[in-house]
Amino acid sequence: MLKKINGSQSKRLNAEEIPHVRIADANFPAPFRSGLEYSSPARGTWNIVHTGMLIPEAHEIFVCAAGCLRGVVLTAAEMGTMDRFSTVAVRENNLLDGDMEDLVIEGVTDIIKKLPKRPPAVLVYTSCVHHFTGVDLDMIYSVLRSRFPDIDFTDCYMNPIMRKSGLTPDQLMRSRLYMLLHERTIDPKAVAIIGNDLPTDEDSDLMKVLKGAGLKVHEITSCKTYEEYQQMAESRVYVSYNPDAAPGGDMLSERLGGIHYALKFSFDYDEIDATFAGLADVLGIEPRSSEEIAALRAECERELEETKRLIGDTAVSIDYTFCPRPLGLAELLLDHGINVTKVYADGIPGGDKAAFGSLQKEHPDLMFYPTVHPGMRFARTANAEEKEEGKILAIGQKAAAFEETDHFVNVVEGGGMTGYEAVTRTCRLMREAFLERKEMRELVQVKGLGCEVCIR
Amino acid sequence: MKQTARIISTYSADVMGVCSALFELDGMTVMHDASGCNSTYTTHDEPRWYDMDSMVYISGISEMEAIMGDDEKLISDIVDAAKVLKPAFIAIAGTPIPTMTGFDFEAVASVIESRTGTPSFGFPTTGMNTYIHGASMALAGIAKRFVDDPGDSKNGEGNTLQMSARKLASVLDDCCMRPNGIKVNVLGLTPLDFSVNGTDDSIVQWLEREGFEVVSKWAMGNSLDEIRRSAEADVNLVVSAAGYGAAKVLYERFGMPYAIGYPVGNELPGLLADQIILNVKKFREQGGADTFESSEISVDSGVFLNESEGVNGSTYEKGFAAVIGEGITSLSLASTIELECGIPAKVLCATECPEDILRECDRMTPDEDDIIPELQGAAFVIADPLYKPIVPESAKFISLPSEAFSGRIYRDEIPDLVDDINELLIKIK
Repeated sequence: MLKKINGSQSKRLNAEEIPHVRIADANFPAPFRSGLEYSSPARGTWNIVHTGMLIPEAHEIFVCAAGCLRGVVLTAAEMGTMDRFSTVAVRENNLLDGDMEDLVIEGVTDIIKKLPKRPPAVLVYTSCVHHFTGVDLDMIYSVLRSRFPDIDFTDCYMNPIMRKSGLTPDQLMRSRLYMLLHERTIDPKAVAIIGNDLPTDEDSDLMKVLKGAGLKVHEITSCKTYEEYQQMAESRVYVSYNPDAAPGGDMLSERLGGIHYALKFSFDYDEIDATFAGLADVLGIEPRSSEEIAALRAECERELEETKRLIGDTAVSIDYTFCPRPLGLAELLLDHGINVTKVYADGIPGGDKAAFGSLQKEHPDLMFYPTVHPGMRFARTANAEEKEEGKILAIGQKAAAFEETDHFVNVVEGGGMTGYEAVTRTCRLMREAFLERKEMRELVQVKGLGCEVCIR
Repeated sequence: MKQTARIISTYSADVMGVCSALFELDGMTVMHDASGCNSTYTTHDEPRWYDMDSMVYISGISEMEAIMGDDEKLISDIVDAAKVLKPAFIAIAGTPIPTMTGFDFEAVASVIESRTGTPSFGFPTTGMNTYIHGASMALAGIAKRFVDDPGDSKNGEGNTLQMSARKLASVLDDCCMRPNGIKVNVLGLTPLDFSVNGTDDSIVQWLEREGFEVVSKWAMGNSLDEIRRSAEADVNLVVSAAGYGAAKVLYERFGMPYAIGYPVGNELPGLLADQIILNVKKFREQGGADTFESSEISVDSGVFLNESEGVNGSTYEKGFAAVIGEGITSLSLASTIELECGIPAKVLCATECPEDILRECDRMTPDEDDIIPELQGAAFVIADPLYKPIVPESAKFISLPSEAFSGRIYRDEIPDLVDDINELLIKIK
């Protein structure tokens, strides 16, 4: 139970006053008006530091104000990668003096000279202040490349002010991740999975298809050296399944000449079949047979039935950090009799538009809750006070935190699942979460789930 | 100055200092920022975030709002939220982008106050100073706006300096240096410097053991209503530089003297208690006159400054102890090391610090490049573990984690030095 602020005896919002809307009454794609934003204590999603560190041996240098540096420095510290991380602090005099280019160039140069070992690649992250002061980034990188011809530099960005216009910082970061790849001879049997932070499940449909076809599969999450990372450039096909990786995949294809295929992450059987058929076409392999598909669907149905049988009418909440298609998952579960009552998401992903429409018609009383609305500060208090006896099963960390439940599926960003395996694995994880408690408070506060961390 | 850090961390910034200082006072604090500040603050700077439902938000300013100077979006968002959530006050704190666009914090706060009827502050932080700057600014704001004037409610005396002196006369023993119920406010308490390990309570218990009466703690474990009563105190104890701004305001408003220091050690706390009494006594004798300024500083050792040597011939150049961190807490610890271990101890202060607090041997060291040369010759370095990579191997590193530097990483290892300093000192003796 949450404590009240000293001296405040009044409960600010009760459960009914917590902002929410019936899905039948919600607007696409933004069900809630934007305003002040609250920050949930759930921290499992990755940030640009975690993602950048996926490039083996690369060094990250952030050039920002102290307030912006604070979060990224401590991300690196919690990962235990401070030896691959440095900073240049932007101060007020730099804004006034207009010496921002010099600060970046000389700061980065200073750091590189002090490093005990020359890194093969340096990711330089500039920030909102550089964007607003019109800093000449081309000149900066040109000078750095001429000073350090043995180092690959790439431009990265921590400019959240741009998150509502153009590519989001997350999309940009995922595109920068592959900008360091050098063109090399293409191996027709090589494929790269790109844009995911977490390793793709060996049991996933994608991995089974690729390995079943005898292809060499590259993935940044398994690269141990910079050379291994560079070998990704030999791929004939680049496959992304995180929607935020798609723009980067297109850029990569244009630059290196391979084919980018954006596999859809979905819980809809027909859409799964269609997207895997498209992949087979690009790879030049046989698509899955109707017998194979029938078997996969039957397995999904068995898993869903078993899950329903175990959890009965237990209320289920889903949040958007679990996977790119929270509404698709809600639709699948509701259609199989599972009692999904709430979805936590601030917006509706484009890929979920069809599921949104179906849910409005078939399950109009499903409740939609935001995660950043200022009133959500009091959701945990209200839910804890109002919670009836019995379990609430949460799918995703934010749902778990808002519902104050230790019965939750602790996965972010799809967890490396693809295809029908996303259905079966989610079901298994739900049953496990139903039967076993987790230390929710401890687990959800760890940054970058699945990343190596030194904390706790 | 390249302003670089090859491997060490960064102190919490001014905008987070505002949030931390105001966290328990039932207000609504809004960081005028696009994104990132809120998750940084709530993850790394605020150990109370999970357990206390304080209202700290970001504005989520977008590129277009910044370019078009759309302050109305922020104002209406705050007003809408305040109408529902009814905070005791509203505070807006700045980050780099509002700094660049010339956002008028005071004017916007005034508009918000007129629309909501809720007292509102605009704190022009930039995200480019340390938490001390922001926390001090925020607590000063509270001191200006919320501390009730006892003169108004009790006897109507207009001159607060006279009022204070009269009140002091009733509590101070003229013959002896005894507290006799001198009332104290403790200023500058935030988890960034004192974590949530009970240090704030230990300070109160120490004061009470010494015979003082504690009126308020700024700002951990006290409500806004309790802090409103602060003018009932006779003196302020500034335990970190975060409390300095409020101390100055309370001096200006009510003529309250203050002492500066963090009661750590076996000897220093007694000296600090004496200093508190002395300051009250001097203040009373001088009628709260302007001359008080010269005797306000309490933490003052520097016993080896006059080229005298410590044990094993140690000086501030060789064989010394270096304490890296916030100014007042570090200076207090350095003084205790000198007093109890007999070796020179110098402070490397990386955060804003009141003028004239640091001694001749101490240094302001905002950047990694400033610190490294100062550690040459050190026998001991007492600092947050994230400083360790730049500490020479010849020095013994003594870990003293600080939430302000390493966030939550070493939270479980942060000691309550007021309760027990010996475990640390034994590593030096």
